Amino acid sequence: MTTTLPAALRAPFGAGGASAIDAQLANRLLGLALDAGGDYADLYFEFRVSADYVLEEEQVKTLGRGITLGLGVRVTKGDATGYAYCEDLSWEKMAHAARTAGQIAAGGGHAPIGVGALASVTTPSFYAVPAPSLMMPAQDKLALLRAADRAARAYDPRIVKVETSFAEAIKEVLLFTSDGRMATDVQPMLRFGVRAVAEDKGKRQSGSGGGGGRYGMEYFADATRDAAAHGREAARIAIAMLDARDAPAGEMPVVLGPGDSGILLHEAVGHGLEADFNRKETSNYTGQIGKPVASPLCTVVDDGTIQSSRGAINVDDEGYAGRTNTLIEKGILVGYMHDRLSAKHYKIEPTGNGRRESFRSMPLPRMTNTSLLGGTDDPDAIVKSVKRGIYAKRFSGGQVNISNGDFVFSLSESYLIEDGKLTAPLKGVNLIGNGPDVLRRVDMLGADFQLSDGIWTCGKDGQSVPVNVGTPTVRIASITVGGTQA
Amino acid sequence: MSGAQVTEETVKELCDLAQLTVELAKKAGADDAEVLVRDGSELTAKVRLGEPELVQEAGSRALGLRVLRNGKRAVTYTSDLRREALEALCAESVTLADFAEPDEYARPPDPRLLATQVPDLDLYDPRVAEVDAAWALRQAIAGEAAARKHDARVTNSEGGTWSRVLGATAFATSGGFVGGYRGSYASLVVEPLCDDTTDATNPKKRNGYWWTASRFLAELDDPDEVGQEAARRTVATLGSRKVETQECAIVFDPEVARSIVGTVFSVANGSSFWRKSSYLLGKEGELIASPLVTIIDDPTIRRAPGSKPFDGDGLPTRINPVVERGVLRPVLCDVYSGRKLGRESTGSAGRGIGGNPGPTTTNLVMQKGTLTRAQLLADTKRGLYVTNLMGFGFNPVTGDFSRGAAGFWIENGELTFPVSEITIAANFDEILKRIDAVADDLELRSATAAPTFRVSHMTLAGTSASA
Repeated sequence: MTTTLPAALRAPFGAGGASAIDAQLANRLLGLALDAGGDYADLYFEFRVSADYVLEEEQVKTLGRGITLGLGVRVTKGDATGYAYCEDLSWEKMAHAARTAGQIAAGGGHAPIGVGALASVTTPSFYAVPAPSLMMPAQDKLALLRAADRAARAYDPRIVKVETSFAEAIKEVLLFTSDGRMATDVQPMLRFGVRAVAEDKGKRQSGSGGGGGRYGMEYFADATRDAAAHGREAARIAIAMLDARDAPAGEMPVVLGPGDSGILLHEAVGHGLEADFNRKETSNYTGQIGKPVASPLCTVVDDGTIQSSRGAINVDDEGYAGRTNTLIEKGILVGYMHDRLSAKHYKIEPTGNGRRESFRSMPLPRMTNTSLLGGTDDPDAIVKSVKRGIYAKRFSGGQVNISNGDFVFSLSESYLIEDGKLTAPLKGVNLIGNGPDVLRRVDMLGADFQLSDGIWTCGKDGQSVPVNVGTPTVRIASITVGGTQA
Repeated sequence: MSGAQVTEETVKELCDLAQLTVELAKKAGADDAEVLVRDGSELTAKVRLGEPELVQEAGSRALGLRVLRNGKRAVTYTSDLRREALEALCAESVTLADFAEPDEYARPPDPRLLATQVPDLDLYDPRVAEVDAAWALRQAIAGEAAARKHDARVTNSEGGTWSRVLGATAFATSGGFVGGYRGSYASLVVEPLCDDTTDATNPKKRNGYWWTASRFLAELDDPDEVGQEAARRTVATLGSRKVETQECAIVFDPEVARSIVGTVFSVANGSSFWRKSSYLLGKEGELIASPLVTIIDDPTIRRAPGSKPFDGDGLPTRINPVVERGVLRPVLCDVYSGRKLGRESTGSAGRGIGGNPGPTTTNLVMQKGTLTRAQLLADTKRGLYVTNLMGFGFNPVTGDFSRGAAGFWIENGELTFPVSEITIAANFDEILKRIDAVADDLELRSATAAPTFRVSHMTLAGTSASA
């Protein structure tokens, strides 16, 4: 499916654009980049238009819009990278960036290598959006904000404050590499968010809802995730948490609900399986390929091909098509996520995980949509099996130390499990564990696999990229719960 | 690389561009307009195991515009600074604003409050701009090498990184403010790695870091010292283990103490107040922390990392006490949040290229106490000395605080063994009120800074479930 975009949303470097870049011009720039003796060079042109709408106090407070355009030039020599960028696509500025990046190779090595003929890479289509939301009238989006606001307020009179937001972007990339690849992609994204504050008898709590992905406005056609549904969800959490009590402290069984809990997996194992950390032997998964690193119940997959998912990519930011990569199969570590540099080191094909925040950053091995695949247990039976523990339903985020594998997750909605039943909601609490330890302690896996709705953004080395996560219901035999009731 | 130098002429040029865009926006139909222009350049030189890993060098310029029309707002930004592109941006912004709803609080500030001069706070060092990639690489190599040489147990490295940013900022408003300034900042960070085989069944890597940073090149610590301190800190974590779940004293190292001070601001600002998103709401003038706690936001410190001559509304910046001997002072406000709360701005507006202004901090500093760090530790019978915090477990609405932590166990006033994979938790209100000792080891290396301090008790969650 092809998308016809209005002129304002089309990249100026595309065919017919004000600064059209063709293969011949790209070849010249790559030649300049390699002039000082680099092994490899690539050019990453990016054009991004974004808009955001915020409703607060039942009023549309601000509308925003931004345009970013630029070129990133990368040159590698061995394991070393030279990187430069410019925002002005004049020949002079682009040539300067190419030469600056090329300096990494200065003083060493061989005569400039030739640049091959450029051929287009065939890319799949995981998010063909016939009409990106940016083409739709602003009123349509404001109507969504109002619908979510109304739904949250109607949920319960104790809801005293609601904020709703809609953010959308369309990003067009054009890539050329000195080994002869040329790729282009148009990447839509939208994200809808609601935050509600509930107040009762002097107590205040907040709850959040939201979702999105690489969709157009059709995202909201599904009643389970329309604007009102997100509004009600935020209100439901805020109200439920009004009764929250202090969480326990110490080691106990934890049941993770389906979907959002994938963030635990993202932190606990995902980052440690990004190949740059293993190439540098700084991850605790270094040298573990072929070895058991998790319970035999666990199969972990990073899948850039999930239709319309927030982490989907037709082509990564180095020109390799998005793929499905199994990382852990029945508990055995079978592969890492690679960018070009690490794939070269391990002498394998890149896995389509070379991603960057923007033209201002070099690509790194990054996750796309990372999931722990479903098992066979009945989710209700998993909860029933726990005498005393925690049921984790919603997470607000997490962090990992790659080297020692320690991670934390912040729970925004959780419940005490007593004698197999969910009882009291618990105040915000952290779980802390060690990646390999925790995955070995997975002892029940539900048949209810669920992908989280598209809200997650992953940060690494100061670069943010959109990702998604998924899990079924999971029981972890024991993990440290960071409450206050010792 | 004198080409990287940011001159007073650059600042003037940006001011002119900002003023021009204000004019264009008014021509396009805006009642009021505010324009922020930033010009920045970066140089990052990273080495690993003695070899260059990344040299990144680039400059960029961007313009952010906020227009008001009939009380309605729109915020836009672009990096395309050609006149025709700016004209298009202004026209689009005005159109966009029509979709918003009027907000009586969003008026521009009273022109009489605008800053009339831009004090020189000595924020720019031309010597930082003179650094080239080769020199930066040599610094990074020296720092990393010092760490590896310092201790044989440093077996690997996440590298040494020397980086600098140079920038110029200009701001103009239709109310008549125009001003600009330039700044520099340089830093070196070294990140050694050790293999920890204490637990043979689950061998781990242990990482650590140390850093130096300043706006002035001559004020950076020597790379050897940075590397050696990084090695000491990393090696000290070998054999880290959990401890039992319990209530105990928690001592915060300055590296983490400053994050606690940052958390205070997140609930002591006008925006969190009018949004009812702070557990401190309604507590101005009350005791919200131990009388040992005084926190001041000071934008006027010469050469300091967070200093700035005017705020994001164009108002003069000023020294604001945030907590004084435990009492919460009036929270930090920009013009908008001040109006929402029916009061004046504290000159604390921050503004990014693509957003509305909001309250922010400059140099947010917890004042030092009278004990030395050694005295404070010696006075602590049992507890945890925290050097690392992980995660984002803070709920500003309720004050619930629970974060992952690592550090060293204190027994009879001495650091005994390293601890990791535990959490510390308490309500933030309790944490602040339980601060019972503050050391005198304050250093202004970062914009938010604090000395070592102790909280009399918090819940530490580690091994063994509670009953």
